[in-house]
Amino acid sequence: MSLDVRLRRLFPAIEIDVAFETPSPGVTVLFGPSGAGKSTIIAAAAGLLRPDECRVVVDGKVLSDTASGAWLAPERRRVGLVFQDARLFPHMSVATNLQFGLRRAPEGRVKFDEVVALPGIEALLDRRPHTLSGGERQRLAIGRALLAQPHLLLMDEPLSSLDAARKAEIMPYLIRLKTALSLPVLYVTHAVDEVARLADSIVLIEAGRLIASGSAADISARADLPLARRDDTGALLPCRIASHDIDRELTLLEGGGATFWVPLLHSPQGSQCRIRIPAREVILAGKAPDAISLHNIVPGTVRQIIADPIRRSVLVEVALPDGALLSRVTQDAIARLALSPGKPVLALIKSTSIEVLGG
Amino acid sequence: MNSLLLSTEEWEAVRLTLVVAARAVGCGLPLAVLTAWVLARYRFPGRPIVDALVHLPLVLPPVVTGWLLLIIFGIRGPVGSLLYDWFGLRLVFTTAGASLACAVMTFPVMVRAVRLSLEAADPGLEQAAQTLGAGRFDRLANVTLPLASPGILVGAIVAYATSLGEFGAVITFAANIAGQTQTLPLAIFTALQVPGGEAKAGELSLVSVVLALIGLFLSEWANKRLNAVLGR
Repeated sequence: MSLDVRLRRLFPAIEIDVAFETPSPGVTVLFGPSGAGKSTIIAAAAGLLRPDECRVVVDGKVLSDTASGAWLAPERRRVGLVFQDARLFPHMSVATNLQFGLRRAPEGRVKFDEVVALPGIEALLDRRPHTLSGGERQRLAIGRALLAQPHLLLMDEPLSSLDAARKAEIMPYLIRLKTALSLPVLYVTHAVDEVARLADSIVLIEAGRLIASGSAADISARADLPLARRDDTGALLPCRIASHDIDRELTLLEGGGATFWVPLLHSPQGSQCRIRIPAREVILAGKAPDAISLHNIVPGTVRQIIADPIRRSVLVEVALPDGALLSRVTQDAIARLALSPGKPVLALIKSTSIEVLGG
Repeated sequence: MNSLLLSTEEWEAVRLTLVVAARAVGCGLPLAVLTAWVLARYRFPGRPIVDALVHLPLVLPPVVTGWLLLIIFGIRGPVGSLLYDWFGLRLVFTTAGASLACAVMTFPVMVRAVRLSLEAADPGLEQAAQTLGAGRFDRLANVTLPLASPGILVGAIVAYATSLGEFGAVITFAANIAGQTQTLPLAIFTALQVPGGEAKAGELSLVSVVLALIGLFLSEWANKRLNAVLGR
């Protein structure tokens, strides 16, 4: 199953011409600078905007296709849309807001009682939207969209209007939804932490064009993409908890065909998690050092070396047996180690530098 | 009833005025809401003409509006003759006719008030309703109109208060028949025509002032209440 989007629309200042296909169910993050056309894609998928050329197919169901003249009105698409501003109806109670889509949709999998049972919703049912905090409003907007039994969920920067504390409060909720729902989700953001925590796939867009699309692990570890030129760049790796070493207070993770020691985790052995390894925390070496506090010495192969002149450094993409890492080092280090594509190299990573997400 | 300074005849004028105004708003408002919605939301050929027609009673001398109504809704008029032939309905020189004149005169005020509040309503909320499965009329009934309700209410109350004082169009189209079309302003005018009628005119004017003030306070209070419900 997949979500297939292609559209072309000429705006006075920019031409948007994008096509991508992404697995369903799963969270696909649309990432790019503002004005790149992300919101246009969302509006076109929802049917709120009619591009010159457009084709949106969700799990085989054609929502619109200008080639064949197919066009489903937004109210008949069953596409949930969560806006940046929650857009709750001010003249209705929280409960009536939640039921708005539910009452207009055929019976579906998402039940009112289940959504109400989510933390922090039940107590709000009789309140009015204007008495709620931004985080509460956004949670309700998500619940309301889900209760409309959508085939596709679109989220247009749902957290960008919230401060860090509110964001931290709603993020676990989103992660829970992500695992509980089997829905394709298109998620627009330009916050790297949201990408790291939520993305299964990433679609990179710049100035109306598609730059790259693929799995979160593949895209985040590509040294040649704009994502890698950010200061906080780092590779994502899906992992499995291989074992716990209670005595040493360490956990061994398996992912990308390599193993990683991290400080002891609470999750049970065998469960899935994802890790993010910031590029500037990865040291490259020709041979393994001894007598060092470091736990992780991961062998790999240099795949590509990309200069980042603004930061006077280079990004090295290190291929693992089944994945890749990014390392940010200086040009001088490349010269001293005589690194070039195809050369074997050791990636040295402190166990405390590895960010374990959702594990 | 002969109390509170007013004679039975005068009370009849007050009652008639309230009834005529109520009917004018009752019939005019739904049409005004529909017109305002179309004008606020849709671009179509002929829209400026519709817009101008709606506003015409506001700028024409009321006597001219009354005379145009006579031409259109008179027994031999293009619309009036049909109404008479099909339903036996006669508008000229009747209470219904007075209501029609008031409705036409206050129509621009109602359309304006509703349209302003429709245009001020957040289109994003309608988009949200649309993605939640609400079709065009569903959105109008459950999102757009409730959000515009303060404007609709204010429009209705202002139109009602204006109807209480409508003179020119009413006297031209419906004439000045006591108990049938003689509303308060017409009764005041009649009293002033009679020598020594100043006292009576004064009493009726006082009633007019009281009614107008009640209307204004009611409008203010209702507007506040509705906005509080909407969380503004």
